[in-house]
Amino acid sequence: MFAKPLDKAALAATSRRTFLKGAGALGGAFVLATQLPLTGKAFAAKPGDPPAPNAFVRITPDNTVTVLIKHIDMGQGVTTGLPTIVAEELDADWGQMRFAFAPANAEVYNNLFFGPVQGTGGSTSTANSWEQLRKAGAAMRSMLVAAAAETWRVPAAAITVEKGVVRHAASGRSATFGELAAKAATMPVPAEVKLKDPREFKLIGTRLPRLDTPDKITGRGTYALDVRRPGQLTAVVAHPPRFGGRVKGIDAGEAKKVPGVIDVVEIPTGVAVVAKDTWSAIRGREALRVTWDFSAAENRSSEAIMAEYKALAAKPGLKAAARGDVGKALAGAAKVLEAEFEFPYLAHAPMEPLNGVIEPTPGGATIWTGSQFQTIEQAVVGSILGLAPEKVAITSTYAGGSFGRRATPNADYLAEAATIARATGMKAPIHLVWTREDDMKAGRYRPMVYHKVRAGLDARGRLVGWEHVIVGKSILAGTPFEGMLVKDGIDATTVEGVADMPYAVPDFLATVHNTKEGVPVLWWRSVGHTHTGHAVETFMDELAHAAGKDAVAFRLDLLAHHPRHVGVLKLAAEKAGWGEALPKGRGRGIAVHESFSSYVAMVADVTVSGGKLKVDRIVAAVDCGLAINPDVVRAQVEGAVGFALSSVLRNRVTLKDGEVQETNFDGFEPTRMSEMPKVEVHILPSAEPPTGIGEPGVPCLAPAIGNAVFAATGKRLRSLPLDLASLSGT
Amino acid sequence: MIKLTINGTARELDVDPDMPLLWAIRDHVQLTGTKFGCGQALCGACTVHLDGQPIRSCQTRVGDVGGGEITTIEGVSGRVAEAVRAAWRELDVVQCGYCQSGQIMSAIGLLSQTPKPTDADIDAAMDGNICRCGTYQRIRAAIHDASRGLG
Repeated sequence: MFAKPLDKAALAATSRRTFLKGAGALGGAFVLATQLPLTGKAFAAKPGDPPAPNAFVRITPDNTVTVLIKHIDMGQGVTTGLPTIVAEELDADWGQMRFAFAPANAEVYNNLFFGPVQGTGGSTSTANSWEQLRKAGAAMRSMLVAAAAETWRVPAAAITVEKGVVRHAASGRSATFGELAAKAATMPVPAEVKLKDPREFKLIGTRLPRLDTPDKITGRGTYALDVRRPGQLTAVVAHPPRFGGRVKGIDAGEAKKVPGVIDVVEIPTGVAVVAKDTWSAIRGREALRVTWDFSAAENRSSEAIMAEYKALAAKPGLKAAARGDVGKALAGAAKVLEAEFEFPYLAHAPMEPLNGVIEPTPGGATIWTGSQFQTIEQAVVGSILGLAPEKVAITSTYAGGSFGRRATPNADYLAEAATIARATGMKAPIHLVWTREDDMKAGRYRPMVYHKVRAGLDARGRLVGWEHVIVGKSILAGTPFEGMLVKDGIDATTVEGVADMPYAVPDFLATVHNTKEGVPVLWWRSVGHTHTGHAVETFMDELAHAAGKDAVAFRLDLLAHHPRHVGVLKLAAEKAGWGEALPKGRGRGIAVHESFSSYVAMVADVTVSGGKLKVDRIVAAVDCGLAINPDVVRAQVEGAVGFALSSVLRNRVTLKDGEVQETNFDGFEPTRMSEMPKVEVHILPSAEPPTGIGEPGVPCLAPAIGNAVFAATGKRLRSLPLDLASLSGT
Repeated sequence: MIKLTINGTARELDVDPDMPLLWAIRDHVQLTGTKFGCGQALCGACTVHLDGQPIRSCQTRVGDVGGGEITTIEGVSGRVAEAVRAAWRELDVVQCGYCQSGQIMSAIGLLSQTPKPTDADIDAAMDGNICRCGTYQRIRAAIHDASRGLG
């Protein structure tokens, strides 16, 4: 999501004002929040809760340790990784660790990289929590020790803690955390805590079982779609079939005759059918007759929008990065290569369709949802319901996938739920449910993007100049995040991965045109890197080939100042057997890319036979700093391959006269079991602080596969999804 | 009234016989472990067992179930189910977990019929179950693992 972890100090200085302005535009008064230092003050997680000595850790007499998770779990494993950090500093036993989702409260639970906002995204959950949770665990440990010292009348320094047991060896006394919990809660919270030397880590870096597995293999885990509140009604919305369309007329006669349908209301985003259960609501929507006004809608087809992008690419854009004199360098080059890349709109298509419950409460409301931006959701829903943001509580559930879709700058589907709750008189909890068709057709997609690249080689095959043009819609313009990540009209999420390309090219120019078509776009797992990584790494392969050099050696020559790129590139190449001869019809390709401060290289092995492409194996090397739970890191990279593969092979969202053509998993088919390649993940040992791994597994997959296809067939496929039809006859 | 037996319990539901079994289970029996993913039998998230066979509940009319025994993720038990869950735990298969009820119901169905499945058997039985998190490698490994556990 975010290009880089946002610098807290910079945010505080410059962005808060802008963010508040943006939030104000959403209609919500905003509560200023600051990073909460570890002070002697007691915290209540939400108003009315008993004060606890620590906002993140609860120890109860049943000898369990519950870590409050300020982030959302969309599958990325924070409900295991974050408790691991606490357990380590606390010297707890893994078997006593539990987790609970924290309530919405930006004063206590803000993302330290987002400033005054509680939110999950940009692969920041572990990185921003790392020190915070280490300190929380260490503080709690120190209070347990103090409680034992006071009870046993022994010096604290003579007490040890191991696997959840506090001991005084000299007297042979010991107590569990649970036994000491009540007393520990009365001890002063230490102002300073000593953190462990990483060499003392016992849990971090080991394989610990996920804490969410039991919920998820029994059907017990609650997702937003499973929330059942007393008197709850279900709403589905007939959305305009073109973006920007408006309701012209409604004939709700037949819809209201459907048994179970209770109400039909017009809302700004369409027409809502409210019913006693989901099936009635869906049937009611089918019976609804709505006519639409498309006068202000986006009425073009994808091809027409792409044609506009290509025309724009021929004109000067805004400079995202420039050094040297690229015109001169290319004019003097022995060889100049040129390539263009087209990328389609892509749906996130999380398995759990978007949904949320808004429940009226005395003087406020409660949202039940698995969404990524709690603070924004409180502000938006509050503004719709006429409530101060802090009167809007959020009970976070598991999220059935997201890939960025549940992080919206305008809380889109929850705003829809709140609007329906208000329009129907706040009489009952409203469960707004998007069906799969809504998910596909009603938007927020990875932007469609066009890249045009030229680069030169000198007579010795050395890279001498690189000129790169990107055209695509800004994700952030017009959102509360504009002030943070749009500078001089350039959306950082459009150019990340190109503007900061690591290869040593003395003469370099990257320009951008941020367009404004009426198709709603959003960050999609790894954001700009989904296209920049592909364009750069595919073109590097072409350049290496044109220079007559090995693809790994060519890159290594240009990465002298980037040791972490080099580390993963070499490791992936070594583990994959780079350089081995392969039988006819098989090919091997490589790519390396940094995103979200993590480094990934991938080697793809493919077979092209009878015109069909099969991806046989992916070998990945990753450097994400210290791996808290290496098995979760491996799982995220394996999963990134499975997630992204279908976007390499076939996925696209297509507009025809403004209307999205793909409606379900037939037209937009995710990867299936039989297509899944064997994936090997190798983690580079590192003592650097942990960075993200939710997104960085995505960017290298497409270029590694495309480069492998070239190695197998001599055909260079650049645009995504790969033009597999062109492989017939190979 | 529609009569159903779900997880061994007889139920009477006041619903339209055209209602998909999925919505009867989720909204009327209040068993929410069976998931809605697509509504068109394209993703397998709604997989339950009808007399031990995996079916897509989103494309099964509740009125067509008749005297059949419905088993959902909440009620599935026995040797095969235990072996599958143990393997899922051992390999930490899940990520977001939303599709996993359906994956597990399909895997139990496969192993009940074919205790020693080949990779091709797994492809055939599991290709209808989409996992957007891409946990397929671990699902495959866990099915083989469960198969070994069944001896």
